[in-house]
Amino acid sequence: MEKLLEVDGLQVAFKTHGGPIQAVRGVSFTLHKGETIAIVGESGCGKSVTAKSIMRLIPEHIGKIVGGKMLFQGKDLAQLPEKEMREMRGSQISMIFQDAMTSLNPTISIGEQIMEGIIRHQKVPRSEAKRQATEILQLVGIANPESRLKQYLHQFSGGMRQRIMIAIALVCKPAILIADEPTTALDVTIQAQIIELFQTIQRKTGVSIIMITHDLGVVAKIADRVNVMYAGKVVESGPVREIFYNPQHPYTKGLLSSMPRLDADRNIPLSPIPGTPPDLFAPPAGCAFAARCEYALEVCRAHQPEETQLGSKHVVSCWLQDPRAKKLTTAQQSPTGT
Amino acid sequence: MLSFILRRFVSMIVTLWLIITLTFFLMHAAPGNPFEKEGKGLPDAVAANLNAFYNLDKPLIVQYGLYLQNLVKFDLGPSIANSSDSVNKIIARGFPVSFQLGLVAILFAIVTGIALGVVAALRHNRLIDYVAMVIAVIGISVPSFVLASLLIKYLAVEWKLFPTATWGTWQHVVLPALALAFSPIAIIARLTRTNMLEVLTAEYIETARAKGLSPATIVFKHALRNAILPVVTLLGALIANILTGSFVIEKIFAIPGMGKYFVAGINNRDYSVIMGTTVFYSTLLIFMMFVVDVLYSIIDPRIKFHGKEREG
Repeated sequence: MEKLLEVDGLQVAFKTHGGPIQAVRGVSFTLHKGETIAIVGESGCGKSVTAKSIMRLIPEHIGKIVGGKMLFQGKDLAQLPEKEMREMRGSQISMIFQDAMTSLNPTISIGEQIMEGIIRHQKVPRSEAKRQATEILQLVGIANPESRLKQYLHQFSGGMRQRIMIAIALVCKPAILIADEPTTALDVTIQAQIIELFQTIQRKTGVSIIMITHDLGVVAKIADRVNVMYAGKVVESGPVREIFYNPQHPYTKGLLSSMPRLDADRNIPLSPIPGTPPDLFAPPAGCAFAARCEYALEVCRAHQPEETQLGSKHVVSCWLQDPRAKKLTTAQQSPTGT
Repeated sequence: MLSFILRRFVSMIVTLWLIITLTFFLMHAAPGNPFEKEGKGLPDAVAANLNAFYNLDKPLIVQYGLYLQNLVKFDLGPSIANSSDSVNKIIARGFPVSFQLGLVAILFAIVTGIALGVVAALRHNRLIDYVAMVIAVIGISVPSFVLASLLIKYLAVEWKLFPTATWGTWQHVVLPALALAFSPIAIIARLTRTNMLEVLTAEYIETARAKGLSPATIVFKHALRNAILPVVTLLGALIANILTGSFVIEKIFAIPGMGKYFVAGINNRDYSVIMGTTVFYSTLLIFMMFVVDVLYSIIDPRIKFHGKEREG
């Protein structure tokens, strides 16, 4: 498969009164043409920041890309001048946000909000923009698109609003669609519809999707490959089946086992991951997860784990993969470690 | 929409009637009468004749009825202090002048106020922001008559840029309009800045940026529209502010507008002039409030005249 976007060692820091906070600390992943990758992790792990950094949406006075490359169409997005970046946004790379209610302008008609992107990037007359807007509304499943174009945000339901967001993002036929928790604010039934919509759209347009989510159900349904993020780093990545059936990082395992299951005995309590993520003002010297990890070794607290290649695409950063460490399964029986 | 306008119209009439009634009885409750100046009364026979001519000899409630009767015919009656003038004529003479001055002041206030507020918000916590806000604080705290005197002293007397007073050319409009507009500018600028700062952090601004729109489009199309909504709400009050302020300013600059006649009317206890100008200004203000309401719903489509257009 053709490589579309290569993120290599991305580092993002925010300026705060207490000093810089290192939200993203060296994230690398590759997005291929027509595939869907998921970035998962708990709140504050840097997944949204990673997404916004690809779009370069974080205002300069708030946060900065301090390292790494983001190669797209032979250009490094991290170095691209703002003016060229504006040409990319919405036309080559689009983004969908979590809550369509607050992410769409309440005082501008839906039609205008869809059309302004078309007019901006394709430089076509309004009539042509209108035709395209009608077409895209139809594609995302909104009935009577012609009359709906004149309406405003408050006249749509939650699921419809998210469909409109998707329409706005897709209308200029971008190569990459970044969806930042697109289903989190929706009812479960609507969630399923929206996920199916993503799949339909991908089949029809061949767009590559980066799905940012903490919902593993969504990941299982839509993603080809998964990147698990923790404290600003990708700790494990691999094909979706590998991650779900053969997780190697204790954090991934923890995420999976904290997910409620329909077939589980309801008397058995959920098993959350104890503790809280580390302070990113002063990230720990070793593995960031060590403090919460029940398999943690001494080496975990002192040194960053290297990436270990397992199989062709499964990569994990964990000291347990070191030949000298105990295996995860054996470690499970004696969780005290060495 | 039509039923909204009708309902508003009825409530406007009721409001106006209340104002007329209150002013009428309060005015008559004040001691003295138009023909009595500093204790020097007219001969009884003359006073009786005058009173009879202006219906002042009838019981108050009958006078009130007669006044309303004439008002419905848009007849505001003759001026008592100057019987050759009718109140209608006074308004026809004075209002165009006041209107010009008020309009210039309001437009100037809106344009400058919003511009200052937007610039301050876009350059948040930088020099221009501080400068704009210092101007705003001065504008809010300095009364217009003090400012008017300062403007006359410096811009007119010392630097001779504009005429000191009276009315005629466009140069005559500048200083009084500036004096009138200054505090509204300050209020609008502060409000615009606060709202703009809030709107600029809204998520739909991020969406607009994600579409690749230029900063100018984002500010003027997506942010400003939402940021000036509260300013529009305030507009009604500001117009009232400028109207009442103009009484004083017109006096200072010797402008032959409504204010001059209103103040003179009160000094002379000229009942029909007091009533006429009050009725006229009240009507104007009430109508302005109505215009502001309509404007509001044009800018923000979520505000409908009736709440039934939501769908799920």
